[in-house]
Amino acid sequence: MTDLERPRGGVPAPKDWTYAPAPEARDVVTLADRYGHFVGGEWIEAEETYTTISPATEEPLAEIGQATPAEVERAVAAARDAYDDGWSTISPSERAKYLFRIARILQERSREFAVLESLNGGKPIKESRDVDLPLAAAHFFYYAGWADKLEYAFPNQRPRPIGVAGQIIPWNFPLLMLAWKIAPALAAGNTVVLKPAETTPLTALLFCDVLRQAELPAGVVNIVTGDGATGAAIVKAEGVDKVAFTGSTEVGKAIQRELAGTGKKLTLELGGKAANIIFDDAALDQAVEGIVNGIYFNQGHVCCAGSRLLVQESIYEPVVDKLKRRLATLRVGDPLDKNTDVGAINSKQQLEKIQELVAVGEEEGAEIYQPPCRVPEKGYWFVPTVFTNVAQSYRIAQEEIFGPVLSILTFRTPDEAVEKANNTPYGLSAGVWTEKGSRILWMAERLRAGVVWANTYNRFDPSSPFGGYKESGFGREGGRHGLEPYLQLDDSEAFGG
Amino acid sequence: MSRLPVKKTYKLFIGGAFPRSESGRTYEAEGQNVARASRKDVRDAVRAARGALPKWAGMTAYNRGQVLYRIAEMVEARAAEFADLCSGRDEVERTIDRVVWYAGWADKFAQVIGSSNPVAGPYFNFTVPEPTGVVATLAPDEPPLLGLVSRVAPALTGGNAVVVVASETRPLAAIELAEALATSDVPGGVVNILTGNRAELAPWLAAHMDVNAIDIAGADGIAPELERAAADNVKRVVRGRADAQSPWEIAAFMELKTVWHPVGR
Repeated sequence: MTDLERPRGGVPAPKDWTYAPAPEARDVVTLADRYGHFVGGEWIEAEETYTTISPATEEPLAEIGQATPAEVERAVAAARDAYDDGWSTISPSERAKYLFRIARILQERSREFAVLESLNGGKPIKESRDVDLPLAAAHFFYYAGWADKLEYAFPNQRPRPIGVAGQIIPWNFPLLMLAWKIAPALAAGNTVVLKPAETTPLTALLFCDVLRQAELPAGVVNIVTGDGATGAAIVKAEGVDKVAFTGSTEVGKAIQRELAGTGKKLTLELGGKAANIIFDDAALDQAVEGIVNGIYFNQGHVCCAGSRLLVQESIYEPVVDKLKRRLATLRVGDPLDKNTDVGAINSKQQLEKIQELVAVGEEEGAEIYQPPCRVPEKGYWFVPTVFTNVAQSYRIAQEEIFGPVLSILTFRTPDEAVEKANNTPYGLSAGVWTEKGSRILWMAERLRAGVVWANTYNRFDPSSPFGGYKESGFGREGGRHGLEPYLQLDDSEAFGG
Repeated sequence: MSRLPVKKTYKLFIGGAFPRSESGRTYEAEGQNVARASRKDVRDAVRAARGALPKWAGMTAYNRGQVLYRIAEMVEARAAEFADLCSGRDEVERTIDRVVWYAGWADKFAQVIGSSNPVAGPYFNFTVPEPTGVVATLAPDEPPLLGLVSRVAPALTGGNAVVVVASETRPLAAIELAEALATSDVPGGVVNILTGNRAELAPWLAAHMDVNAIDIAGADGIAPELERAAADNVKRVVRGRADAQSPWEIAAFMELKTVWHPVGR
């Protein structure tokens, strides 16, 4: 089989497929020049501001507030008031209905949100339209239904809310991560102070308008914007009872240290260096699509990205050949173009980090492949990249790059695949490709990772718990398990609080 | 003439063996000379626990339940000795009953803690609990036997391997327990018991990169320091209670794995 599929004469030159540009209209989005913080149901003027841009064009989009510790305190106080003032005691079925409303409004306004997400974050419109938005709405819909059923999820444990949740989310799935955080927190009866990422605040700010439409009581959700200093102020705020963070392992550790001894509940969803493992009996074309989706989805800005490809040695050549051919057909460019597969890198800072690690990979002796590809002059771009000849000890095989960069390693036996896959301080996710069902489960049992995808990759669902082992964090988001971090429960010593 | 009794040398319990402390140190507790473990003993104990983990975690849940039940049998057989080393007969009996209770959970908790998840797509999606790995337990001082067993039993039920730092002031019940464990069916290294200065040993365990979780039930005043050190490798910090008995105690030492298995013709 392998011989038949190997192309004669190596990798063919990429064909010039000329698509007509198909840009999504931008005029569905109306932006203000300047945004403050959303506190107690109202906009408060921000003392300090910074400019948020479109990473695809470097064009300034709006002035954004950089929340000071005093502004964060105001938001926490508003959340506390709303909590004491009825949200924690309102009938659970009423709480559910607010969340159902939010889900419905997000569905209705999904085009507007999708365009704004791509504009501010650089991700392809087909992804924000087909993945981020439907999942964000689904998340609210899912947790809405839990709000008045908590005692069935946690029998004999008297589930009750914790208080004010401080939530800090990353820039890779801005609205979706907001949904992952806010929906279970509100369903459980908490109030929220949330900070979107510094580079991608706009969909979170537009979400405040959804809250207004849903007539959510003032102060139940408060949004403050800013950089890491604002995040630190949320973590340190005395009135915050529970902290939820999604982001880098480095910052996660700092937060865990900061909260030591406070008794506050904490959940961390941190970095990853997932292995995507391809066995020789896998459906290769399907697997190659899975590899591409695993690492080039959202420019590789995915904590569970399949950034280490483990290929069984006997199929190494056909897999690499097919992958390189497929790479040449990926369209890199305007995030708002419906044909775009790979959009802009989220920020200059992230681009520099990717460039640095890729340079290290070359220095360490790995072989680099990048398809011929023209990227726009303005903006932040990185061509989809594959490294072969990678040793496990190379930094590109150990460190999270968080960009469209794949490192390929090989293995001979299932045991060796398991050993290599687990050889990382992370443990967020893994992929297994094989036609053998018993082998899927054998592998799944041994991979030290919170999510294992078999014959697929990067699938998410509100009913499916997501979260890491080891240094990828603790606590789960999604499913019944995703409620637990937001509840006080009798007889529970769950870690993190 | 009266017979001179043969006195016991109180040692550590690491990897199923009873070594003296590598440091050669002892300290006095409950009128006895007790081994005072060192940083190197901590290292050895963690290594023994890591080595024992695959077999213990890989055992069938039914089998693990029987091994746990055998611990209860061994403690019952030494009930009189244990009674002298803790608050008395009542504490021993509650300890035995607690072990039996957890033994019965071994092949049940996964059904309570796990789930199958109705995802929108052609996948069978399920979530199963798995042991987090090596657990460091700081046993509470009181009650000396029941407190230690209450913290260790749920971690073991879940398939974890444990390194316990016994009560500093009341270590004899822990040492007696080690002797009961050594004659039970628990594989060597699954439970390792250290005696010594807790404030000296605990920070090494909290910062150890091959320890997955730390139960700070007996941490007293040093809890914040330990929690800070635990962040070095994102350890799970369990603030255990000396008297707890619940399936959620088992859950505290478990990771959750979600699998997306394809469905197709």
